[in-house]
Amino acid sequence: MSATAIRVRPRRTRGAGLGLAAWLAGVVFFLPIAWMALTSFHSESDAATNPPSFGAALTLDGYREFFGTGGGASPWPALINSTVASLVSTLCVLLLAFPAAYALSIRPVKKWTDVLFFFLSTKMLPVVAGLLPIYLFAKNTGMLDNIWLLVILYTSMNLPIAVWMMQSFLAEVPVAVIEAAQIDGARLPTILARVVAPIALPGIAATALICFIFSWNELLFARVLTGVVAETAPVFLTGFITSQGLFLAKVCAASLVISLPVLAAGFAAQDKLVQGLSLGAVK
Amino acid sequence: MTATTTAPLAAPSVRAARRPSGRMRAWATRAPLLPALIFMIAVTQLPFVATLVISFFDWNALYPKARHFTGLGNYSDVLTDPDLRHSVWTTILLTVTVVLVSLVLGLVLALLLDRKFRGRGIVRTLLIAPFLVVPVAAALLWKHVLYNPEYGLLNGLLHYVGGPQPDWISHTPLLAVEASLVWQWTPFMMLILLAGLQSRSHEQIEAAKVDGASDWQIFRHLTLPHLRRYLELGALLGSIYIVQNFDAVFTITSGGLGTANLPYTVYQSFYQAHENGLASAAGVLVVIGSIIIATFALRVVSSLFREEVSRA
Repeated sequence: MSATAIRVRPRRTRGAGLGLAAWLAGVVFFLPIAWMALTSFHSESDAATNPPSFGAALTLDGYREFFGTGGGASPWPALINSTVASLVSTLCVLLLAFPAAYALSIRPVKKWTDVLFFFLSTKMLPVVAGLLPIYLFAKNTGMLDNIWLLVILYTSMNLPIAVWMMQSFLAEVPVAVIEAAQIDGARLPTILARVVAPIALPGIAATALICFIFSWNELLFARVLTGVVAETAPVFLTGFITSQGLFLAKVCAASLVISLPVLAAGFAAQDKLVQGLSLGAVK
Repeated sequence: MTATTTAPLAAPSVRAARRPSGRMRAWATRAPLLPALIFMIAVTQLPFVATLVISFFDWNALYPKARHFTGLGNYSDVLTDPDLRHSVWTTILLTVTVVLVSLVLGLVLALLLDRKFRGRGIVRTLLIAPFLVVPVAAALLWKHVLYNPEYGLLNGLLHYVGGPQPDWISHTPLLAVEASLVWQWTPFMMLILLAGLQSRSHEQIEAAKVDGASDWQIFRHLTLPHLRRYLELGALLGSIYIVQNFDAVFTITSGGLGTANLPYTVYQSFYQAHENGLASAAGVLVVIGSIIIATFALRVVSSLFREEVSRA
């Protein structure tokens, strides 16, 4: 009795210690974000103090400044551009990736693994590899500063990830179920809608969220190819790179508002996030 | 028809191709794939070929008439120009440092999270959050809110303990960029390694415990070998993303103070200096670097992938 008690106790205290260490790590990693959120609700003069004023009065001035009611450029056009570019490109990705994933899993073509790996290899081609020709093309065809050019590029950026993810989700649909539907005389569209979609839908949703995140975050293409008309939210943020006097609360409000869609999408897709980020290699 | 759905293997469609209508059938199978395939080739491969061609020309966009073929001239410029050569070195240093540090931190965090404790879900969410901040916003956060020498949070906290008040970005510019990237990429590594930890065989670990193996022995001889491929995957995918990093360098230092990496250099040399040929050569070098990493990455992905397929 006493012997087991002695053996168990150090384990338990060490377990509590490790749990505490995990909590500490979580807090340290989250601290910059918490501080950003707190600062965004401070007045500019309270935001710029040393030592930091943790308990200063809260105000919405930073947000009012950011949304342009206090003068300065309004972020709404940039937010709308980002929304259009991210949503439309995600939709295009799904429309292209679903049939491709079908031809790579449910009714596979010859050498389907080779095709799958070709898609993956295009993801490994860095953006700078084609940036200049794309810029020259856009300049000569009048596509510069046009949000639809970004839609096309974001579609190509996310298509490989989407094909990989969807391929793995469709492969999970049991073959027997599809065969049974075929024997019952169901045609392909019916099978896709009634049999495949319900099983693969959570995965498809996660794929969409991940594509949305990557499009929303993208800076290099947007910075080079857009100007005043088609600028996206990250490009709008680059306006804060050079310091403009006391503007910390405004920067924090802007960063937080523009990150909110990604935080929301990311937490929604939490379970499938790894699979998307590792291009389907890890489940 | 049913044969093609039994297993995700190439063999059944070979059989289908031998039938009289085989060719038609094969094309019907391929058809759903073609839009995505053609789109990808047009949007990613063609521009790269164009980059490759431009890289052999001496071409400044401000003097379009002086454009001429220069062979490998741009490449020797990139590799001999001290600034450009420095950016090659910066790219390597930045990538290696960020990947290694975030991989080690990610491993520690994954091991901490692999155990049961109160509030594990909350801690996991707190830890993922840095990865879900828009990269430019994260870089702004570090640049203005944390690093600011007068009223940044870092110096504010140092103030409490009576520490020095350094100007982080001008004293240690590359380290400043690296720290912000490590903060964002550690959660990524943690997620991949956590998935690896959770795919371990529990029977094996229990058996080792019964045999009296210590925690360290279990980690060293069971966990680490199992994690090897996940570590490789994290390192390679992290490298592919960080070799291309533009946002942090552009935002925190604007490529100044010796922090310009190759993607920033490519951006600057055609967007600001209008040196199209030079920019393309630098771009091709980034691609060569990526291909080297990607070859290894693809090998790891394919070994994990084949395991998944054979398990299914």
